[in-house]
Parts: sequence; structure tokens; C-alpha cells
Amino acid sequence: MKLETASPARNGSRERPDRKLGDSGDHLTREDRALLLRYMLLMRLSEERGLTLYKQGKVPGSFYDGCGQEAISVGASFVLGPRDRMCILHRDLGAHFVRGVTPERYLANYMGRSGGVTGGKDGNMHFGDPGLGCVGMVSMLPDMAPVAAGMALAFKLRSEPRVAMTFFGEGSTANGQWHEAMNFAGVHKLPVVYILENNRFAYSTPTELEYAVDPVERASGYGFPGVSVDGNDVEAVFEAAREAADRARAGEGPTLIECHTMRMHGHGAHDDMSYVPPELFDEWGSRDPIELHRARLAADHGFAGEELDEIRADCERVVAEAVERALESEMPDPAIACEGVFAERLEPLGDGEAPWSRWRERDAAPERSAA
Amino acid sequence: MSPAEATLDDARETEDLTYLEAISSGLREEMRADETVICLGQDIAAFGGAFKVTDGFLEEFGPERVIDAPLAENMILGAATGAAIEGMKPVCEMQFADFIACGFDQLVNVAAKMHYRQGIAVPIVVRLPSGGGFSGGPFHSQNPEAWFLQSPGLKVVAPATAADAKGLLASAIRDPNPVCFLEHKGLYRHVRGEVPAGEHLVPIGEARIAREGGEMTVIAYGSTVQLALEAAEQLDEEIEVLDLRTLAPLDADAIVASVERTGKVLVAHEATRSCGVGAEVAALIGERCFELLDAPVRRLTAPDVPIPFSPPLEQAVLPQLEQMKEACRELIAY
Repeated sequence: MKLETASPARNGSRERPDRKLGDSGDHLTREDRALLLRYMLLMRLSEERGLTLYKQGKVPGSFYDGCGQEAISVGASFVLGPRDRMCILHRDLGAHFVRGVTPERYLANYMGRSGGVTGGKDGNMHFGDPGLGCVGMVSMLPDMAPVAAGMALAFKLRSEPRVAMTFFGEGSTANGQWHEAMNFAGVHKLPVVYILENNRFAYSTPTELEYAVDPVERASGYGFPGVSVDGNDVEAVFEAAREAADRARAGEGPTLIECHTMRMHGHGAHDDMSYVPPELFDEWGSRDPIELHRARLAADHGFAGEELDEIRADCERVVAEAVERALESEMPDPAIACEGVFAERLEPLGDGEAPWSRWRERDAAPERSAA
Repeated sequence: MSPAEATLDDARETEDLTYLEAISSGLREEMRADETVICLGQDIAAFGGAFKVTDGFLEEFGPERVIDAPLAENMILGAATGAAIEGMKPVCEMQFADFIACGFDQLVNVAAKMHYRQGIAVPIVVRLPSGGGFSGGPFHSQNPEAWFLQSPGLKVVAPATAADAKGLLASAIRDPNPVCFLEHKGLYRHVRGEVPAGEHLVPIGEARIAREGGEMTVIAYGSTVQLALEAAEQLDEEIEVLDLRTLAPLDADAIVASVERTGKVLVAHEATRSCGVGAEVAALIGERCFELLDAPVRRLTAPDVPIPFSPPLEQAVLPQLEQMKEACRELIAY
């Protein structure tokens, strides 16, 4: 797929870019494509089970998911090598799975269990496994945009061919920190990939009240490309992210990738979405990212229905077992509530899993951090 | 002499530096010793910083390690946090401490909570030129330390001497946590002293007895240490001056030990009164030293007002030497 800067959007425009399915050419193997489906399914199924646990009263607080947006976090994170780094947001569970977090640890974290990624210190999607090269988000948005720029700054200062990636919604682009981060990334041509998930609503506020001009248009003002892709097409997202990461690694600076999608659930489980015009659900529901990818695998890549069914059945088994184990995880010992405020020593991040065949073929050995 | 000073090698080479020069010296030493130390701030490179702390750094360390940042405090602190997570040790300069308000979100929500939530160390230093006395007005004179004390995960230091300015800055840079380094602008060129040459570390979390005495204690930090020492000399009384040096974590044992010796305490700071360091110290003394007290704990602070611009108004707000002397006289006579 040729990446193009989006056409200027008009106020209130609901136009989406060319919805042509992505052409990932030779960059994805048959196995890669199956993995993309697998990670999206793991995200969808894990979040469905998480929502059930919430309704059963086993999840304190509220519950947030990325239903309908699975292609974005999976497609974007799939390009990353082991030593690349991520700050993952709350609609992006798939990226955690790509990097190596298990559904069990995700569900345990939601339930405040000791086996969760943060061990109960933080909840819902506010986590990142430092051992897998991830820094967890905070609720203030888009606070991870400057942080990712800083990680990229470190890579640039040491002349390392590494990439930092983070996500934010279109809602975040209204905040001043978004501008601060884009500007700094542009000034220093930092190796950072910014994934903008335009899911049409900031909680309940529609895009026409969020911005006058589509935020992807601002990228040129910061001196780097802004590209717009169909966020429900996992291969289109992958291809845009691959080009952006390659550019970053080559010292050519940041890229802003806007992924058009639709948040198919509420902001949180407490949100009845009464403000969403029903036709939007109909329109986007017919373009479910998992169904789209499954259909393509069958039509273009020789996957039999049985093979695709087996991928799904295996994901269902994995998630069902994860639920059981997460429920067995004990609640944290209250004694740890006052521990860990300060670090005693420097603690470098570990490397993430990198399932894309490009990294596996290289055996990842030269890319692995010595830390 | 404090234990920390007593451990200094008497034969060691020292140099006579201003407080400002000592900060520069400490920063330069750390940058020479550790190439992961970088500086990030507004006008710190070609211009050498608004107060010239980083004068000459661009020439010595180059534009990759001395980075002039856009006017974006949250970005400075956020980028420093990201770089710190990836192996650098950024030293951020807020041009004036007041501007930390524009970067507060990254400091308190991202950096401060990072280790508790995720076990990730964030070794950043935020240099904060603070304090008034020069008609800087409400936006260039503040002492924002109490803001930080309500944000667990931040260490807060406030040196009063040139030697401590150097040694605490070096320790702050080596600390694996975010450290707010309050450098009082009124001390920059008015305080000078012998500073150990080369590597010099003052441990974070240890107070210092700046003057020994048995009648009462003035607990101070930053600019009020000098004020207390002057008052004690002029009054010629047995006044102990305890320089806190670190505000978080507070050296509670040193405070208790001083109260045990004197039984009377004045807490003095230039920051505003309510819920300030003085309030915390007074509460700590109330909890741990109630039966040792021979007088109520007193506070000498700025009142709860913004720092006004005009010299007579500013002087009416900031603690003055005569007020310090009067407060000491009253406590001794109690």
C-alpha cells in the first residue's frame, strides 16, 4: 500500500482514507499473517473474559478495552525488534501480547492480584512489563508521547538503530503535551513512531468538537510525515509502522501514523455509549478487523477454514486457562503497599519478544541488549 | 563540625567557590566522569543558562549532551524521564523554579510514580533556581518545595553552602530516583566557601549541624541557614543551627537529636507557611519529642501570600534577619 499524507479534512468530516486493504508485499510470511490473527484474537477474547470478570465483580474500578481496534496495536507493535521500546495505551492490549505479556498476567492485573504485571500497585491498563521493554501509561494523556521522545533521544545520542513507539487517541491531540512532544521529536529527528488511534470519540466527545483539522495534517508542521491508514486493516497498519520504523532506524526521524477506526465499546464498562449514532456501529461493525483479516487469509493466502478455526480454538483455550490461573493468583500482601516508592539501583529495561519473521530470521542475537 | 564534614580528608585540596560556581563544578565533574549525564533546559547551551550555571558546557561537552530545549517544561521532564529509563542521567534546568508548574504533570504523575507502579528507575535531576529577594515578583521568586513533598517518589534537596551545593548535586545525579534540586538564587553569588576539588559527594537524607549550641535550635535549609547563623552570631547566644539539606527524605533522627539537646525549636524557611516544611517538622517534633520540649515550636516563614514585586512589599513578606533575631530572643527567654 502506498502511504500518502491524508487529504485535508474539513470540519466535521467523517471521511476516511482509502480503505484498500494493505499490501504488505514480501514483508510478511504466511506464519506472520497467522500470528497477526492470533494476537488480535487473543486481545479480543481476553478482553471479553475480562469484561465478564468485571461484571462478576472480580475487577475493582472499571474496565477498559479496545474492541474494534485490535488491528492497530497488533499491526504496529509487530514491526518492533527486541531492543525497541514501547509505551502502550489503554486500547492496545494486543501490543502487550506481541511483546510477551501473557493473558494471565493481564487478567490478574485487572483483578488487582499479585500475579498481575504491577502486582496490584496499579490497575486496568496502566501497566507495562519493564522486563519486556515496555513503560506503562499513566491516565493523563498523552503523557507518554514526551516519554517516548526521550527514549528515542537516548537511542539517537548513542547512535543505536532502535525505535521508540507509543500510541494516543485523537482526543490526546488536543492537549498541549502532544504539541510539545511532536515539536521536540521533529526538531531532533528522533527515532520515534507515533500511532494516532482516531476512534471517533474522546470518551463521549465526537471528533468535530475535538479538532478543526484532522490532526495528522499537523505532522508537516512539525517537519515529519503524517500518514493515514485504515486502522481496521492489520496489514495496512503493519506496513505503515514498518516504513516508519525503518525510517526511524535510518536516522530519518519520526512519523505520525493516523489509524482510522471506531471504538466499538464505551470508554469504560460503565459507559452506555448512548451518545453514539447507531449507524456508526453498523458501519464499523461490518468491518471488524479480525473478520477482515480472517477473510483475507482465506481468500489471498491459502488458509483453509479449519486452520483458521483452529487458531481461534487455540486462543480460546489459552484465554480460558489464563482466566483460571489469574483467579488462582492471590491478592497482594498489604505489607507491600508501602514498598518500592524509591529505586535502590538503576534497573535497565529488558528486551521484548519480537515475533515478526524478520527478527526471528536474524536470530536476534546481535540485536539483543547486553543489559 | 558535622559528622559529614568531619569525614572530609583535611589534607584534601579545596577551592574557594561561590555557591553558583560550586553547582557548575559538581555538574561538570559528573559530566566528565559519566558520559550518560546530559543537560536539558532552556537557554543552557549557547547562552550558558539564565544564571550561567552551564557556561562553557556546550564547548566542553557538545550539543548532544548540552541541549537547548524548546519552551516546553512538560516535554523537558517527559523526555528526561524517557531518556533516563533508557540509560541516560538527564539533569534538567527549570529556568526558574516557578516554571516547574508547567512541567508538574510529567514530574509528579510520570516520573515520581514510575518506580512504585512499575519498578522502573528514573534517575533524573531537576535543577530549580528558587527564592526571592531581588524583585522577581510572583513568578520568579517562589520556593515550591512543599509541592514536591506531597508527591511520593521524589527526593528533594536544598543546599545552603557551596560545598553542599556541589556534593548534593553529585549525589542527586547518581541517585536512581528523580531528585528536585533547589538552588536558592539569593545564595548564588552571595555565599561562597571552600569546596573540595574533584569528586565530592554529600549523602542525600543527612542533615548537618551548621552551628552547635545548647539553648535552642533553629532548623533551617537553603537561604534561612545563613540568616540563622548571622542571627546566632549577632545575638552571641548558644543557638544550634540544624541545616536540613534534604527535605525528602527528612532526617528525622537529626531533628530529634537536636531537640533532645536544646528543647526549644524555631523552624525557619522562606517558603510560605501553611503545610510547609516547618509544619511537617513541627508535627514530627510534636509526635516524637513532646516531653522534651521547653517551649512551643515556632515558625519563621513567609506568610501565605504570593511574593510581591516592589522591594518594601517583598521585604515585608520574606523572613528578615531582625525577625530571626527576635524569634530567637523570644524562644530563649521563654
